[in-house]
Amino acid sequence: MDRALEAEMILETTLDSHFVPRPFRVKKIKHETHDVFTLELTPEDGHPLLFRPGQFNMVYVHGAGEVPISISGDPAKPETLIHTVRAVGAVTIGMKSIRRGDVLGVRGPYGTPWPVDEAVGSDFVIVAGGIGLAPLRPVIYEALKRRQQFGKLVLLYGTREPDDIVFAKTLEEWRARFDFHVFVTVDRALGSWKGHVGVVTSLLPRASFDPMNTLAMVCGPEVMMRFTALELLKLGVDAEQIYFSMERNMKCGIGLCGHCQFGPYFVCREGPVFRYPQLKQLLSIREI
Amino acid sequence: MIRIDVQTMGALIGLLRKDGFKVLGPTVRDHSVVYDEIRSYEDLPIGWTDHQSNASYTLVPTEGKPLFAFAVGPHSWKQFLFPSECPLVRSHRTNGSMELRGAQEPLPAPLAFFGVRPCELHAIAIQDRVFLEGPFADPWYKSVREHLFIVAVQCTHPGGTCFCASMKTGPRATRGFDLALTELSGGSILVEAGSQRGSELLTQIPWQPAEPADLEEADQLLSNAAASMGRSLETEGLQQVLYANLMHPRWDVVGHRCLSCANCTMVCPTCFCSTVSDGSDLTNTDAQRTRTWDSCFTSDFSYIHGGSVRPSTRSRYRQWMTHKLASWIDQFGTFGCVGCGRCITWCPVGIDLTEEARLIREQAPQAKPTS
Amino acid sequence: METLQPILAQHPFFKDLQPEYLELITGCASNVRFDTDSYIFHEGEEAHHFYLMRAGTVALEVPTPDRGPMTIQTLGEGELIGWSWLVPPYTWHFDGRVLELTRAIALDATCLRKKCEADHNLGYELLKRLTVMIEQRLQATRLQLLDVYGPSA
Repeated sequence: MDRALEAEMILETTLDSHFVPRPFRVKKIKHETHDVFTLELTPEDGHPLLFRPGQFNMVYVHGAGEVPISISGDPAKPETLIHTVRAVGAVTIGMKSIRRGDVLGVRGPYGTPWPVDEAVGSDFVIVAGGIGLAPLRPVIYEALKRRQQFGKLVLLYGTREPDDIVFAKTLEEWRARFDFHVFVTVDRALGSWKGHVGVVTSLLPRASFDPMNTLAMVCGPEVMMRFTALELLKLGVDAEQIYFSMERNMKCGIGLCGHCQFGPYFVCREGPVFRYPQLKQLLSIREI
Repeated sequence: MIRIDVQTMGALIGLLRKDGFKVLGPTVRDHSVVYDEIRSYEDLPIGWTDHQSNASYTLVPTEGKPLFAFAVGPHSWKQFLFPSECPLVRSHRTNGSMELRGAQEPLPAPLAFFGVRPCELHAIAIQDRVFLEGPFADPWYKSVREHLFIVAVQCTHPGGTCFCASMKTGPRATRGFDLALTELSGGSILVEAGSQRGSELLTQIPWQPAEPADLEEADQLLSNAAASMGRSLETEGLQQVLYANLMHPRWDVVGHRCLSCANCTMVCPTCFCSTVSDGSDLTNTDAQRTRTWDSCFTSDFSYIHGGSVRPSTRSRYRQWMTHKLASWIDQFGTFGCVGCGRCITWCPVGIDLTEEARLIREQAPQAKPTS
Repeated sequence: METLQPILAQHPFFKDLQPEYLELITGCASNVRFDTDSYIFHEGEEAHHFYLMRAGTVALEVPTPDRGPMTIQTLGEGELIGWSWLVPPYTWHFDGRVLELTRAIALDATCLRKKCEADHNLGYELLKRLTVMIEQRLQATRLQLLDVYGPSA
């Protein structure tokens, strides 16, 4: 017990990036809809952020705060970090005025990924609602890269109105493929819309897949995910083969602040991707 | 086991300070026993005892000048390992670039905790699991914890709201300390070393070997303490009882009483929830992120775009109690509660979680937990 | 003579319906086809028929003064359009516009109502199937009503 102890007390915080964000520069901004925009970022230190589909980062805006945002880019092209953001709160609304060349802080990647390997050998059904398509886009990039490993590949995408469709051009490219069945629907539309109108679950009968051998990944508003799971179960899909991505308030992203707890789970640590049986009972309890 | 004079406490404190430790321990302030820096024997709460009950804490003088005749007060040791306010990150923006640095400063001196009760040793161990043993550790907590010197005190005077015996966290501690003290009648204290550092410190103070009578007295005091707890909590199957009764009508009753004031989470030695706040200077050049204590009782704790997941007080009380007594086990392998009774004493409306747990168990439709 | 009975039997709506009831219903059935952009029916018109879709897409629209026609649902192969024929005063509630060339079986409402009054078992079989479909539409509509994708208030 000597004063040498004092010298030993060097903090590692400066090197510990799990508390300190890394600076990333905004290379490109794309406005997808009236309140959704996509940022393309590159790391200032040159080290690409390696991630798996479904993971998220805590994105820091100088002086404003941090928000958890799913990574929406291609995991095979990590040199560019892509985040699709919906402006709903103070920080994300502030982010709408970001310009090319601005710098943001990034901590991550955090969270459990979508289990793409589990779908090998099965039909692979992806159901997205609204901005929920963003955390699923990395899955689709990966699935298309490994296309022959899966049976049927299906995307069902539902959103509010035609103007709210995100990644419209990409959806068209995907739909043009012969080995990818893409169906898009909206909750309501003007008469000029010639596409499907109705809830996303109404697309299920249109997509032919074998419920007995299907893995489903669902992401969107919680209500939409619950309804989708019910319809999938009605069709005969095994509950163990249904995955959700959950969302809760997060302040740290690393299982220490306590805000994201959902029952016994920390959504940032045991999630955001969960198997449906893990959530089934919790989803039925109000205000849990 | 050795025996020392009660006044030797002063020498112990002095030795620790000489070794460069900042010594924190119990002292009387604002009519209660709090934890703060102590510099001498006189700083200790000599001759005080506490009367605790639901929503009630009173410090009263007691005869014989005992040092540790009280239980625990509103402070816990977490305020030193997990400060209520702690800068995290500094961001400096210049010429289109951003420099980000950790803002946590190392402590100027290592800490010594003087007077840690067995329940509190468990609370520290519980927070060790949270802050050190998860996939992401808190480096500041680690740096303080590594050099921490702990002088524990075996509990001979349990408080009116204590139930450490039920939680198996006391009144006797067997490990997790450098030294452990047991106060006997007649101004002597038994000391047990729990580490190399502890043993070495003892070589520098006057001591005698403990007599068998001393050891007997200590055993008697501690078993009396175990038998005179102010509260009790049946822990057998408790996790399952709570999980099976998330819609129990009792939550409505306690939800009506609860003020959502967050006192319980502030005084609880294991509660670890935090939030961050961001601020910057007027030119928005230098910004800082600061971590502060938070509580699951605040109305926007669970806020996601549009509203809170738990808007009602009832659901927030349920979240706190089921986390403490049920889901903590799934997360960290133990109960989150150590039976210190602070939440009962410091709740302004006197809610007692041992009573709430008992009523839910007794009135539950599925009263028997499944094996 | 070829009847529409085998075609009706294959339509998902009449799955597992006994042949004697199918025969009764076939008596009210006819083959129809609607060109793209034509209207099958308009809001307020009397519902003389209901339709079992065999191919194509039909949009249920609500005409509005300021925003033009708003589509609330699109229906396709295997689905049924219209149950207003069963509920007095038997008028359509929406416009039905053809988005893609549509082929369907039209079922004469008056003919079928008379047969159901005469044979309540037939009526029950029809109502059983209609109720399932109406329930599905109601659940879907409720989900649409929730406007889950909308920005928060």
